[in-house]
Amino acid sequence: MNGAQDLGGMMGFGPIAREPNEPVFHAEWEKRALAMTLAAGACGLWTIDMSRSARESLPPAEYLAKSYYEIWMRGLEKLLLASGMASEIEIALGRALSPPRQVKTVLKAGDVAVALARGAPYARPAPKPARFAAGDTVRTKVINPTTHTRLPRYARGKLGVIEAARGVHVFPDSSASGRGEDPQWLYTVRLAGKELWGEDADPTIAVSIDAFEPYLDPA
Amino acid sequence: MSDEHDHSEMSEIAARVRALETLLTEKGYIEEATLDALVETYETKIGPRNGARVVARAWSDPDYLKRLRKDATAAIAELGYSGRQGEHMVAVENAPGRHNLVVCTLCSCYPWPVLGLPPVWYKSPPYRSRAAIDPRGVLKEFGLDLPATTEIRVWDSTAEIRYLVIPERPPGAEGWSEEELAELVTRDSMIGAGFARSPATLEAAQ
Repeated sequence: MNGAQDLGGMMGFGPIAREPNEPVFHAEWEKRALAMTLAAGACGLWTIDMSRSARESLPPAEYLAKSYYEIWMRGLEKLLLASGMASEIEIALGRALSPPRQVKTVLKAGDVAVALARGAPYARPAPKPARFAAGDTVRTKVINPTTHTRLPRYARGKLGVIEAARGVHVFPDSSASGRGEDPQWLYTVRLAGKELWGEDADPTIAVSIDAFEPYLDPA
Repeated sequence: MSDEHDHSEMSEIAARVRALETLLTEKGYIEEATLDALVETYETKIGPRNGARVVARAWSDPDYLKRLRKDATAAIAELGYSGRQGEHMVAVENAPGRHNLVVCTLCSCYPWPVLGLPPVWYKSPPYRSRAAIDPRGVLKEFGLDLPATTEIRVWDSTAEIRYLVIPERPPGAEGWSEEELAELVTRDSMIGAGFARSPATLEAAQ
């Protein structure tokens, strides 16, 4: 969706605030927010694409005013509600009022290292041959779905060149909307700065996106 | 925004997070010890020193560099780093006349196994909005004044591929061990938002 998360090319946010010797967390609650997000995700009732979708569907003013872990917490609350793991009143009270929903896994402390090291690979067997190969010219589609997509607005309707085929991966647009993994070929597509930003753009600049096959047309 | 306002806002979110943790624990979905272990992992075990070891190996061992180019995920796993948010790694090399910069304009995708959790600036609108449209300006803000002819390549992490920048090896560190070389590799240099430190800079910092 064309939400506030799709920031590429926007202006007016001011300088980049870097922090020397930045700590990993800036408050105790941030530690719990990060860990709770990972542990609740391990319950297995939503995909990473659903969690991104939950965060980016916050109203733009809210998304832009919140810190990143605050956005994560709002997203987590939405996921808990949508999955039936908790009710609004339980979340408001911070107390369980009904029995838990059955979940796939409860992550144990002793399994954390193994679970993190394993991760959740997104590559899948190819259901069909790749439509494009390195060197092919493509045009990204103009799409404006109201649901989750990973084709940024700035890169829609643009000419680019396939730099590499990255294999077949879970398709976020489907996975976020509960339509299953729907694996698709994934490509790194190189887009010239001038193609993206106009004739005045710096000619030494190129941007690549990782684009799923359904985002691309031959050109 | 006054300090007072800032403080009360933080307290409110802290209370909300605590309430949610209580709820999820009561329901049996999460366990306190698991959360502690996750926090400890990202505070002490998984961070940019991992990536620095990968870069130092790539600088020192041409065969390793070849493997890193061919299959970065496997080459990085050789050093024991793998998994969450680094399941599909690609290494991109800086060279004279070519500079790479990594961003996630859509959220905060970042190669956790090699760099740890991203710094706040990486996740924030000023960087995410400008990196793709004005990378040269962004780099200047980071103190990197690149020659006007240097090609700048921005990698927007829009899928589950995660990018690790291999910065140029600074001169003056010939014959250094991998361990010593890793000291020259900063977090920012592996995002493309910095150069590796020179031996002189390292000495001055110590």
